[in-house]
Amino acid sequence: MQLEQAIVISQQPIQGGYSLLHLRSPGIASQVRPGQFVHIKIPRLEECVLRRPFSVFRADGDTLTILYKHVGRGTRGLKDTKLGETLSLIGPLGHGFPSPQKDCFPILVAGGYGMAALYLVAKQSPVKGIAFFGGRSAQDILCVPDFEALGWTVRVATEDGSLGQQGLVTALLDDWLERERTNETPEFFVCGPSGMLKAVASRAIARAWTAWTSVDNNMGCGVGACLTCVLKVKSGEDWTWARACKEGPVFNAADILWEEIE
Amino acid sequence: MTPNLSTNIGGIQMKNPVMTASGTFGYGPEYAELVDLNQLGAIVVKGICLNETKGNQTPRTAEAASGLLNAIGLPGPGVAGFVREYMPFLRQYDVPVIVNIWGKTIEEYVEVAARFDSIPGVAGLEVNVSCPNIKEGSALFGTDLKMFERVVKAIRNATRLPLMPKLAPNVADIAEYARCAEACGADAISLINSFPAMSVNIETRRPMLANKTGGLSGPAIKPIALRLVWLAAQAVKIPVVGMGGIASAEDALEFLMVGARAVAVGTASFIHPDTALKVVRGIEQFLAEKNLATVADWVGAFDP
Ligand SMILES: Cc1cc2nc3c(=O)[nH]c(=O)nc-3n(C[C@H](O)[C@H](O)[C@H](O)COP(=O)(O)OP(=O)(O)OC[C@H]3O[C@@H](n4cnc5c(N)ncnc54)[C@H](O)[C@@H]3O)c2cc1C
Ligand SMILES: Cc1cc2nc3c(=O)[nH]c(=O)nc-3n(C[C@H](O)[C@H](O)[C@H](O)COP(=O)(O)O)c2cc1C
Ligand code: FES
Repeated sequence: MQLEQAIVISQQPIQGGYSLLHLRSPGIASQVRPGQFVHIKIPRLEECVLRRPFSVFRADGDTLTILYKHVGRGTRGLKDTKLGETLSLIGPLGHGFPSPQKDCFPILVAGGYGMAALYLVAKQSPVKGIAFFGGRSAQDILCVPDFEALGWTVRVATEDGSLGQQGLVTALLDDWLERERTNETPEFFVCGPSGMLKAVASRAIARAWTAWTSVDNNMGCGVGACLTCVLKVKSGEDWTWARACKEGPVFNAADILWEEIE
Repeated sequence: MTPNLSTNIGGIQMKNPVMTASGTFGYGPEYAELVDLNQLGAIVVKGICLNETKGNQTPRTAEAASGLLNAIGLPGPGVAGFVREYMPFLRQYDVPVIVNIWGKTIEEYVEVAARFDSIPGVAGLEVNVSCPNIKEGSALFGTDLKMFERVVKAIRNATRLPLMPKLAPNVADIAEYARCAEACGADAISLINSFPAMSVNIETRRPMLANKTGGLSGPAIKPIALRLVWLAAQAVKIPVVGMGGIASAEDALEFLMVGARAVAVGTASFIHPDTALKVVRGIEQFLAEKNLATVADWVGAFDP
């Protein structure tokens, strides 16, 4: 974990309100592991007292790439950053995804910008697997070529049918599990809206498969100090709070109290 | 000439007048990779009560204009858990550790205070009185002068450690509380705690916090805090620790100027973890520029 002044080297709107931000951030880029995030101070947004957390999408040499969706003041402010401008980053933060097990078949499931958290998993995986990406429309299906370039198969579902199969990504996943799955045990790596995490988690738990889920809780400090980002996890017969910024954002789905998540 | 920044807060000797505000700096280890803890004036840890507590449901915080609403609900490991998990870490540093304590009853406050009396490495106690007395009608200890007096007196009798009640801002006459703390034998006072507030969502018709209301902190409350610190500092001889929205050396210098002998940095650490250290350097530079030899030469320099 370090505080680093990163330099904006390019800003690239991609589609449907998503952008890629490339930052020179050698300290963090060389340390980051799959599923970890950076906490960014948005420039000029002085009335906002909190940073904004973003998964590291790619880390290449001294460069970090963030894939982000424009949703509010902070992300709009990020879009307005200029080439050469410095951004204050804290990172890498959190406990990310473990490396996929060699004797399992890795399956990525993502919705929207959740794909960003999974690229480094695919890149560092010893086995090439399959990725299921979902979204409202074709605009929400991001960076498929990046995953294909790593030799992964990508399947797409959109709710409006504008790309891939029409419907939810979990229906697409169910079809695949039913018809195309080989004998290998699946291991899931999941990032997206909580409904999607829950749906994949319940499928995995029911069949005693391992699922690693990355949660998207609101954050304050990002380093474990403020206790904003907590969620309920099992602790023996009881439950306890876990901090999404410290013990997470990636949790074994079997540990989370899903009934407590909206 | 390098100005002398050292200050003594009711028996707690500090290298400089800048501490962390309770609940915004964890228990120490959370920021240790980013901030050299030895350069802080003191570390004030997150509130500790007798037993482990879970705190409120989520969402626990929400941003407001230049501020932060929080209703964390005081989760924590309890005295034994804190001493076991964090004191060995904190003892490695050359920095006073002030434990922020709270309780649900007067008896509980007393027991927590008494337990810390024998714990090596604890420099003093800050008492959070912004919590309800669950035994007697749920009024806040900090907004009912009689209850405030009872709890501070009782804690005073239970500990030899430097004692620093932390005043709630939402009272009619802050000077009364300051004087009461002094009369009960407190060694210092700190203020302000976060200000009761709320925020709602017009689309969902729901509150932004699970607890519905919370405490407002950050730059939004600085002018409120400054006035209260000024009023409290005039009312007592014991040292006053000022806080509320401090984000820069200039902010801290304002609090010192109106009579605070030390300051605490809270919410600002979330956005810039090194704020407290920058405040220390900025105070030092300012004093040097003004040819002031010690920070005490600036305390109370206000010319109303
Ligand atoms: C571990 C983690 C990784 C993330 N990775 C990405 C990513 O790779 N790409 C991406 O586009 N987004 C990512 N997010 C979400 C991103 O942090 C939010 O979209 C961003 O904070 C919204 O800021 P805003 O000011 O634009 O929106 P606001 O105007 O503040 O709010 C808009 C929405 O963002 C959510 N939000 C607000 N504050 C926070 C906060 N402090 N933390 C999280 N969510 C918040 C709110 O629930 C709201 O729905 C991630 C979040 C987490 C916790
Ligand atoms: C997330 C958060 C948690 C807090 N927890 C405590 C606490 O446990 N005990 C306490 O006395 N004050 C607590 N406070 C109040 C702060 O210590 C401080 O009094 C207040 O935030 C005002 O200072 P600031 O504006 O610099 O943050 C908390 C504040 C925040 C923002
Ligand atoms: S965001 Fe502060 S503890 Fe996780």
